[in-house]
Amino acid sequence: MTATKTHTLKRADLKKSSTEGLIPMTYDKRMDGRKRFEEMRPISAKVGIIPRAHGSAMFQIGKTIAYAAVYGPRELHPKFMQNPKTGILRCNYSMMPFSGSGERVRPGSNRRAKEISMVTENALAPVLDLTEFPNAVVDVFIELPQTDAGSRCAGICAASMALADAGIPMKGLVAAVSAGRVDDKIVIDLDYNEEAYEHGPVADIPIAMLQHTNEISLLQMDGEISKEQLKQALETAKKSMAQIFEVQTAALKEKYNVKAR
Amino acid sequence: MGKLNVKENDIVVPGEVLAEGMDYLPSQGTYRLEDNVRAGMLGMVRIEGKVIKLMQLNGRYVPRRYDTIVCPVIDVLMSGWRVNTNSAYEAVLPIRDASSRFIPKGADLTKFFALGDYLVCKISNVTSQKLVDVSMNGPGLQKLEGGRIFEVNPHKVPRIIGKEGSMISMIKYATGCRIVVGQNGLVWINGEPDKEVIAYDAIRRIEREATLPGLTDRIKTDLEKKLKIKIESAQQFHEPQQQESQAQRDDSNKDSHPEEGGSEEEQY
Repeated sequence: MTATKTHTLKRADLKKSSTEGLIPMTYDKRMDGRKRFEEMRPISAKVGIIPRAHGSAMFQIGKTIAYAAVYGPRELHPKFMQNPKTGILRCNYSMMPFSGSGERVRPGSNRRAKEISMVTENALAPVLDLTEFPNAVVDVFIELPQTDAGSRCAGICAASMALADAGIPMKGLVAAVSAGRVDDKIVIDLDYNEEAYEHGPVADIPIAMLQHTNEISLLQMDGEISKEQLKQALETAKKSMAQIFEVQTAALKEKYNVKAR
Repeated sequence: MGKLNVKENDIVVPGEVLAEGMDYLPSQGTYRLEDNVRAGMLGMVRIEGKVIKLMQLNGRYVPRRYDTIVCPVIDVLMSGWRVNTNSAYEAVLPIRDASSRFIPKGADLTKFFALGDYLVCKISNVTSQKLVDVSMNGPGLQKLEGGRIFEVNPHKVPRIIGKEGSMISMIKYATGCRIVVGQNGLVWINGEPDKEVIAYDAIRRIEREATLPGLTDRIKTDLEKKLKIKIESAQQFHEPQQQESQAQRDDSNKDSHPEEGGSEEEQY
């Protein structure tokens, strides 16, 4: 008799704790206090921050900061990489040693950085026209002093501004943002806590889009999502891109609108 | 009727829609996508009737035929010198174009131009693969001795030189410095140290304010104040036959004859 009673009590306690606990079982509010699910973190951008580079830019989204420096067009070595028909784009993505929130990232290249460098190149290549620079290279160095998810997207945004600042002929700018789902909600610009959400399925989809045609030049995914939700996520991301293009354009124009002393 | 979205002198970014409709035509730095004329680079808008052009504001130098450039010798070859053009491509100065004097076969070429010497050259040829040849046959083309070299934005060079060389001649006259401005953005100054600094500051200011109107007058008052002299009029410094003015990429200058630059030697 007594045993059964205790048992029932325990069950009731469990139910109670699940509703009153700190961790919500459904994702109905953004963890970092953003008001809406399609809202991005605060964005800021600045062009021409590295004086010795031929073009440079900074792009910040929330706690993620990316710096991009463009050198070139310049002579390409090793020589076997030269393309006599056109110049090539070479990107280098690198996270700085204490840029994450976890342990120290070992500096230098690794498998992840190589992959991201490659997808960054592919995301930017469609807007560039380097046929005027045969055998040459345009180097883009992306450094991340601080990251909180969405670093490849921030890197692409910064790199696209830096390339424009370097006077490279290009058809348009490129913007990137991550979309996805946390539990049953479609969200834009996931931060690290959302990416690591444990109480439901998560999908993180970095997307890069060309300004002049709205074509997608980067689409990767981590996690799982249904076809309908993916379509919805892409549509939502498109609206956010417009905001990023505005910030990029304003930052570029600010540098070049000079005033007399 | 098409719609124009920009004004003259506007700064535009790549991809920006400059004009809508087929009434406007794309030109340098712009392209047509569907019905719209868009910017193909970051630049400043120039509208000439229906044609929309962009003036480039930033970016590295690209070698062009007949440009006068300032460049250091970076290698000595069997039959010439290799020079750095401050672009993605190096250039070769063959012996036969290096000097009007006869240089025998097998001579020690470093006796003429050693590594690290700065030369004023003219680009004699550029191929489609950007193989560049330079020449030193011509007035004002020489080895630079002494002075100082610094780099400016190559797209601001026409402004530094000024219309028919008026701006640079004014600085030369006011400071008494010898100045060579290469199309590749390398500038050489030689004069009294304090005057060199004034000339340097003036050129830097032109580079920074190149897109603003009334620059010549501001530079003039600036120089007058610093040097405590009176410069009558900037117009008097039109020297259409000089090396710097020939270096200008101006269609009207294409017909000028370099050989007629008689006063060239006195300049240096």
